[in-house]
Amino acid sequence: MSIRATEARGSSEAWPLADRIGLRLAWAAGILLCAVVAAIVLYVLVRGLAELRPSLLFERPLDTPDQSHGGGFLDPLAGTVLVTMIGTVIAVPLGVAAAVWVTEYGRPPGLARAVESAIEVIAGTPSIVLALFGLFFFSQGIFGFLSFTSEGGGVFGRSFLIAGAMLSLIALPLVFGATREALNAVPAHVREASYALGKTRAATIRRILLPASRPGIATGTALGMGRIAGDTAIIVILLGLLRFDGAGAGVPVLDTLRGTGSTLTSYTYANSPAGEGGAEAKAWAAAFVLLVLVVALNWLVDWIGRRWKAPAWTR
Amino acid sequence: MDAAAPAASPAAPGRPRITGIGDWSDRRAELVLGALACLLLLLIGLMLATVFAKGWPSFRENGLAWFGSGGDVDQQLLDIFNSPANPDAYVYHLRAWPLIYGTALTTFGAVAVGLTFALFAAIFIVEFAPDRLRRVLEPVVRLLAAVPSVIYGLIGILVLAPFVDGLVSTERKESVAFVVQLSGANISVATLILTVMITPIMIAIIVDALRAVPRAWTEGAAALGVNRWRVMWTISVRAARPAIVAAVVLATARALGEAIMLSMVSGSRGFAPNPLDGLTFFFEPVRPLAATIVDNAEGLQVAPFGQTIYAFACVLLVSSIFLSVGGWLAKQPLRRYGIRP
Repeated sequence: MSIRATEARGSSEAWPLADRIGLRLAWAAGILLCAVVAAIVLYVLVRGLAELRPSLLFERPLDTPDQSHGGGFLDPLAGTVLVTMIGTVIAVPLGVAAAVWVTEYGRPPGLARAVESAIEVIAGTPSIVLALFGLFFFSQGIFGFLSFTSEGGGVFGRSFLIAGAMLSLIALPLVFGATREALNAVPAHVREASYALGKTRAATIRRILLPASRPGIATGTALGMGRIAGDTAIIVILLGLLRFDGAGAGVPVLDTLRGTGSTLTSYTYANSPAGEGGAEAKAWAAAFVLLVLVVALNWLVDWIGRRWKAPAWTR
Repeated sequence: MDAAAPAASPAAPGRPRITGIGDWSDRRAELVLGALACLLLLLIGLMLATVFAKGWPSFRENGLAWFGSGGDVDQQLLDIFNSPANPDAYVYHLRAWPLIYGTALTTFGAVAVGLTFALFAAIFIVEFAPDRLRRVLEPVVRLLAAVPSVIYGLIGILVLAPFVDGLVSTERKESVAFVVQLSGANISVATLILTVMITPIMIAIIVDALRAVPRAWTEGAAALGVNRWRVMWTISVRAARPAIVAAVVLATARALGEAIMLSMVSGSRGFAPNPLDGLTFFFEPVRPLAATIVDNAEGLQVAPFGQTIYAFACVLLVSSIFLSVGGWLAKQPLRRYGIRP
């Protein structure tokens, strides 16, 4: 801050009254911010650490809605990881493809603009609306292979695959935005050099532009994973609250993917006074584990930003 | 698309043809990527069509009165849920005003308080904070922006609500007991937690924008003898207006769509708080639209009830689309001056 150096310390006494009030307000806001941040983080850490037992991490939830008599959150923990993986696997290729197409091809321009607006609309859509749409969409007969199908041919419309697919829409705008920013940051002369060497547009994208924008894509992906891991509304509607419940077809992995389950967010919700679990201690412990996950993902974003620079020839 | 098929790359004669994803022809790459992008477009179109089509019967039966007030909305929802199985006898009567009003109150309350606070906090972080504090604050603010809303809800329902419940005197509870039950989960707790939830996003965006203001502008102002506060307030904040608009739009979208957290701390009662009630107003329960959807998700199988729920989703979706359009329009005049958000 260079302005800082131009003024002697403590000279604000000479400022007009309005400016001094503004300065005091800024300080007050800053101090209040510190207080709120410290209160929230410390409270969750203290309560979570006090309630967390190692056994909670390795025990499955009880088979009843009431969780106050035992059980841990092995299922929800695995569910968070699973759902985040499914969501990321869908969101990253789609987001990167859309961003590459919009920035590098974008023909016709009207269509490219429409795709950009559509992704903006997805970013603004409440996740609860996405959940309702997913429930209806995937309850259609042709998507029966993604979830349970009842005797009468009704499709259940709730499963890991479906929840992951809808959650990918939450991460998609972040991946798209980060990729587009990274592609725009590659100077035009790099592209021109590639074309001058006889590379096609497609080869330039594959060999030059994607490697150059890898840090951006990674940052967007990590941010998206954080959003997926933290979403509750879609999980509550499309997945469930407590135990994994396989689809019963007898195929181990597919059974789980087609079945319902839970994540740490929905487990926390179920065990809060708003749900039926009635185990506040476990809700705090699960919230703590969730917070640790989010902090780790956040740290990953920072780490990528600091360590993983784009290749030197892009500058 | 079959990637293993011989790529139609314009290989020079005599050069060995290399296949694989790296050597897709331009034409094919453009088609595949464009198709994926248009798939998203299709999905959005499908989503709009689905939500509108599913919610339409509720609007059709009620007309514009759907948005009006009248009667107890929770009782109306119960009647819809219990409507007879005969499609001709479906009950649709609904006056959704308390829910819409609740959404508006919590959202605008949180955004108004949050924006004021975020603006000053961002100025503090960029210009006035000691270096050591700044280095801690910035990552922590970004972390707070990423904290899952259910954690905020947990803090609200287990810490704040019991505390606020203690503030409401028994006399106050009894004085309105025949209208509505007062408890710790109420409009002020909901708005407060919502504010805490959306403010970090706004701070993060505004801080980035204040940083991006060209150094020459602020230094020029400082060289003219303008003090540090006024440089921030008249130069940086004004130059950052598009980003502030973007921050407000993003924060409003999050506040509007927040479902789980609000259903935990808002009291979950379809009630329209009346500002004329004086202090009691701040302790009255509400239930925004998104929270209503979560609370009633079990009833989706009942046809008229499901259609009503989709009508709520429809209102939310339209609001969020208007919000994006509004944000885009607000940024247009500023773009002419070459200010990029």
